[in-house]
Amino acid sequence: MAVIAKDGYIDLVRDRVENFHGNQLVYVGWDDHLLFSAAQAFPLPPEMPFQTLVSEVMASVFNDHPDFQKIDWERAEWVLDGESFSPAMEASLKENGIGHKSLIRFKTPGLKGINGLRL
Amino acid sequence: MPAKKLNLRKRYGLLTRGMGWETTHQKMDDVFPYDSFEGIKITDWDKWEDPFRLTMDAYWKFQAEKEKKLYAVIDSFAQNNGQTNLADASYLSAIKLFITGVTPIEYAAHRGFAHLGRHFRGDGARIACQMQAIDELRHQQTQVHTISHYNKHFNGLHDPFHQFDRVWYLSVPKSFSEDALSSGPFEFITSISFAFEYVLTNLLFVPFMSGAAYNGDMATVTFGFSAQSDESRHMTLGLEIIKFMLEQHEDNLPIVQRWMDKHFWRAYRLLALVAAMQDYMLTNSPMSWKEAWDVYFVENGGALFEDLSRYGLKMPKYHELATAEADHISHQIWSVFCSLGNATGFHTFLPTEEKMAWLSEKYPDTFDQYYRPRFEYWHQQQKDGTFEFQKGLPQLCQVCQIPMVFTEVQTDPMQISYRVTEHGGDKYHFCSDGCKDIFEHEPEKYVQAWLPVHQIYQGNCGGPTLPEVLEWYKFTPEDIGNYIGSQDHARWQEWTGEDKEVKQA
Ligand SMILES: [Fe+2]
Ligand SMILES: [Fe+2]
Ligand SMILES: [Zn+2]
Repeated sequence: MAVIAKDGYIDLVRDRVENFHGNQLVYVGWDDHLLFSAAQAFPLPPEMPFQTLVSEVMASVFNDHPDFQKIDWERAEWVLDGESFSPAMEASLKENGIGHKSLIRFKTPGLKGINGLRL
Repeated sequence: MPAKKLNLRKRYGLLTRGMGWETTHQKMDDVFPYDSFEGIKITDWDKWEDPFRLTMDAYWKFQAEKEKKLYAVIDSFAQNNGQTNLADASYLSAIKLFITGVTPIEYAAHRGFAHLGRHFRGDGARIACQMQAIDELRHQQTQVHTISHYNKHFNGLHDPFHQFDRVWYLSVPKSFSEDALSSGPFEFITSISFAFEYVLTNLLFVPFMSGAAYNGDMATVTFGFSAQSDESRHMTLGLEIIKFMLEQHEDNLPIVQRWMDKHFWRAYRLLALVAAMQDYMLTNSPMSWKEAWDVYFVENGGALFEDLSRYGLKMPKYHELATAEADHISHQIWSVFCSLGNATGFHTFLPTEEKMAWLSEKYPDTFDQYYRPRFEYWHQQQKDGTFEFQKGLPQLCQVCQIPMVFTEVQTDPMQISYRVTEHGGDKYHFCSDGCKDIFEHEPEKYVQAWLPVHQIYQGNCGGPTLPEVLEWYKFTPEDIGNYIGSQDHARWQEWTGEDKEVKQA
């Protein structure tokens, strides 16, 4: 349904991928680790290897949590935009099907946060 | 023959209804181009019952009296160094949030009502809106004048309007106001006068005004008091407009119901910031967010909608969820502020032992289980000197623009609530079904949302680094971060000779 607003709305999509200077937005949320109150937003080149996302980008924020160093990445469970998926670590974000404003969630079995409290 | 004194009714008639006429040189639809495109059908504007029958001359007289009293109090507050009577200087975080987040909404309300005061076709409604436009301007102005006294002594109060247009968490009230302002006049008034001022106003005013009274902030109490009689007029207007629309035409009901659902949810989400303020920033809290919600929404709001059910209006959609969330949202919002306190224009501080005991008592079903552990963990880190603010930027909800911190409180309170939809080939993320519904009804509106995190990444906020963004916000290094160790704290200690810790009762 069209907008019902005073002066009409021009066709403006503020967060088009073209506006991010070659990057795309990717959100990453670590389930059961609510010390991070929300998923994190990152502007990333689509050609970035998934491995770099994990070991550099995600680490830049999540490494402040004592669980991060303990993660066994072989066992990590991934959800991309609501579907479970198995990332190819050497392939790029794009090749892994990660698009602009995709949400990646991951679970780390055996690691349930501070004192097992999902924090 | 001496002019006969008119009785009130006649005067009122002349000074309101006598102000309008049926135009002949121009078509009425050209003179009032904004009051029909929303689909609201008004068959007879004369059926508008002015809820307070106030004439303009009486209005000016009352308001001038109120101003005189208020400014006398403000003067004596300044002369007597009223700022030294605060319960604790950490309390001022609440006032910093107020002046940056609420005062600009007053100004936005002024703009909206000024527009309605010109563009409603009915003269009675127009006059009521003109008065409210002046009221709202007065509220903005008196708040700035009152709080400017604190600005002489404390940080973080120097540029609220600049910040309102830029800062990541202030985009929450800004987008709320602009959503209403860009709507047609009937939707605007449903949003501001009914959903916000009638249904939810006590949830804003009680925490700030009785919060001020509980914490020695006589300045804020005084402007709150001065605004109160205006607000009761505004509430009455909110109720009147709803009844008027519903009585005028049966086709109006579904439109009004949808606006009610939307603006209830919008305003309620905005109040999550108030909830955090109420439970965590106040040194002494008069009542918890949950208690306030139960009294002002569940009981009073329930009775109101019971009353309105004769028009076919139902309780706003997702009100049950809002009630379930009352046990959670203040803790969730304060957690995100504490973890991003290096980017807030007010000081953050962890709840003290005393405060946590109070929270356990007020939130027996949730605080100890879900929230106390994170604050205790951060306390320990602060003691050990290992506490760090979070490094990344959070994902935001496309509609309410709050970081995506809300959880599935009805099924799993430790699971973040993620909602998503697609539009024009892009994904849009939401904190709740309420926000998602709002988007899906008018996607072209919300794809334009100015989301602060995305704007930083697009390079529109002063630069890519945090210091650059903060400078662009006009946050100084003294404004941000922990209260303990801040200039505000140091100054407070100088005055009181004590209070090495945050004081909370
Ligand atoms: Fe106001
Ligand atoms: Fe008002
Ligand atoms: Zn939302």
